[in-house]
Amino acid sequence: MTRFITSSFSHLILLIGILIMVVPVWMIFASSTHTSSMINMNGLQMFLGDSFYENYLRVLLYQGGFFKEITALKMFFNSFIMATGVAILSVVTSLMAAYALVYYRIKYATLLFWIIFITILVPLELRIFPTYSVMAELNLVNSYFGLIVPISASAIATLFFRQFYKTVPDELLESAKLDGANTWRFFVDFLIPLSKTMIVAMLIFMFVFGYNQYLWPLLVTTSEQYWTVVMGLKMMSGSIVHRFAFVMMSMVPPILIIIVLQKYFIKGVFQDK
Amino acid sequence: MKKVQFKSSYSQYLFLAPQLGILLIFLYWPIIQTFRDAFTMQDAFGFGSKFVWFDNFLFIFDDPAYFIAFKFTIIYSFVITLITGSIGLLLAVQANNVMHGKSTYKTLLIWPYAIAPAVVGVMANYFFSERFGLLYHLFHELWGFNWYESVFDSYIYVIIAGSWKQISANFIFFLAGLQAIQKSVIEASMIDCKNSLRRFWTITFPLLMPTTFFLIIINITYAFFDTFGIIDTTTIGAPSGETRTLVYKAYMDGFRGLDLGSAGAQSIMMMLIVLVITIFQFRYIEGKIHYN
Repeated sequence: MTRFITSSFSHLILLIGILIMVVPVWMIFASSTHTSSMINMNGLQMFLGDSFYENYLRVLLYQGGFFKEITALKMFFNSFIMATGVAILSVVTSLMAAYALVYYRIKYATLLFWIIFITILVPLELRIFPTYSVMAELNLVNSYFGLIVPISASAIATLFFRQFYKTVPDELLESAKLDGANTWRFFVDFLIPLSKTMIVAMLIFMFVFGYNQYLWPLLVTTSEQYWTVVMGLKMMSGSIVHRFAFVMMSMVPPILIIIVLQKYFIKGVFQDK
Repeated sequence: MKKVQFKSSYSQYLFLAPQLGILLIFLYWPIIQTFRDAFTMQDAFGFGSKFVWFDNFLFIFDDPAYFIAFKFTIIYSFVITLITGSIGLLLAVQANNVMHGKSTYKTLLIWPYAIAPAVVGVMANYFFSERFGLLYHLFHELWGFNWYESVFDSYIYVIIAGSWKQISANFIFFLAGLQAIQKSVIEASMIDCKNSLRRFWTITFPLLMPTTFFLIIINITYAFFDTFGIIDTTTIGAPSGETRTLVYKAYMDGFRGLDLGSAGAQSIMMMLIVLVITIFQFRYIEGKIHYN
């Protein structure tokens, strides 16, 4: 009996927690399916209306209403390019750097280690104007390159890969050497397949990180053609239900990725096998 | 370090080059410029700049607005850490308790982690708007809530907005921490101590200490840096600068005020704060955090 009571208590607490998470998002979604006059008169809605297609299609496809020149669809495209670029660039460079740090007898290993890892202390927010002026000098303002590369300058994934490689048994390299594998073959044929879960976890992490960038795209894009979804929140104008619809759509990609790939994400981050 | 390694050769530099190159150009170069900005002052027309030693730092220490932002940042990180940590722990303990539906609960509680702070801020905005904001009206009924004028009320606004999604992160890490505790320890403690609440505080919670410390650092960094998008989409510092974090203030001074010297000096102060926190984190993590 006590078992039953404590377990019902747990379910109740969890249910309250879920409601706190779900209800606000649901209300914005329900409200986004009504007309603006309905919202202006009666406030946020709990139940669905029947303007779903009308509102969402308008936000996705129309130019010059919601934003001036760009459609929301193009902004999703830009966000996707940016997030994918950040994920791939940072994960590939980190994989390689961590490999050199762990598997080579390097002369200035400690110095290199600190040169790479001290950068974690300086998030982009702390060097945002100088980074912008570097980008301006290199003529990279208003380009995908400018959106992607400064965000990829991160050693967080390197730290994770380094920790992971250190747990790989020494015998692996010994046997690979006996098989005649050189350094490149060992990296590609042995180590990368072994780190698959970790690689996927880091790709997810960096994708969400790139997609969610707000301040940097705001600064580095002046042309609407390079606007991303999250920075678009600052720029949007137009009627209230269209804004609701845009806010709802803006959160779909990262949530979907986290839910669908949560197994990899949790396994990788916690290194549990 | 590994016992078996490759001998040093040119190929190691090929592996290091891409990351080092990106870090040098897009990170070290801007950092050097930050230091240059912090120790120089631009003339009024932006034609030249001169070296002014610590003048920019003395200016920010003389600026009452800097201390207001400093105070808010400390309060904000403390309250967010406390709220999201305790709610995250409570939910994780319950999710670890239940026999059925553990993974469903997990899925239903982790997704807010993925939402951008700026998106959370815009949503919070709808709930705190004077026109149709439910929470605005609820709190207004209760005690005359008005975040446009009251500092306390604006704190409540940004704390609720800032805590919401961070509960998820705390939940995920605490749950992982709980699942890593060996079953035998828990079973042994069940024999020794019948009271489940006391058992939690004397056995389970001390075993969660590494996770707790790790999350304190994560939450503080979140409150320092990631909340920029939240502040910028909710109060924008309202009533009059009381809800600006240090990062937000530095950005505003640099962007709106075009005072790069001050922004640079403020950035360096932040770097010092982060350095202190990180030294603490490194000493702790290297020795004590084990997930397996």
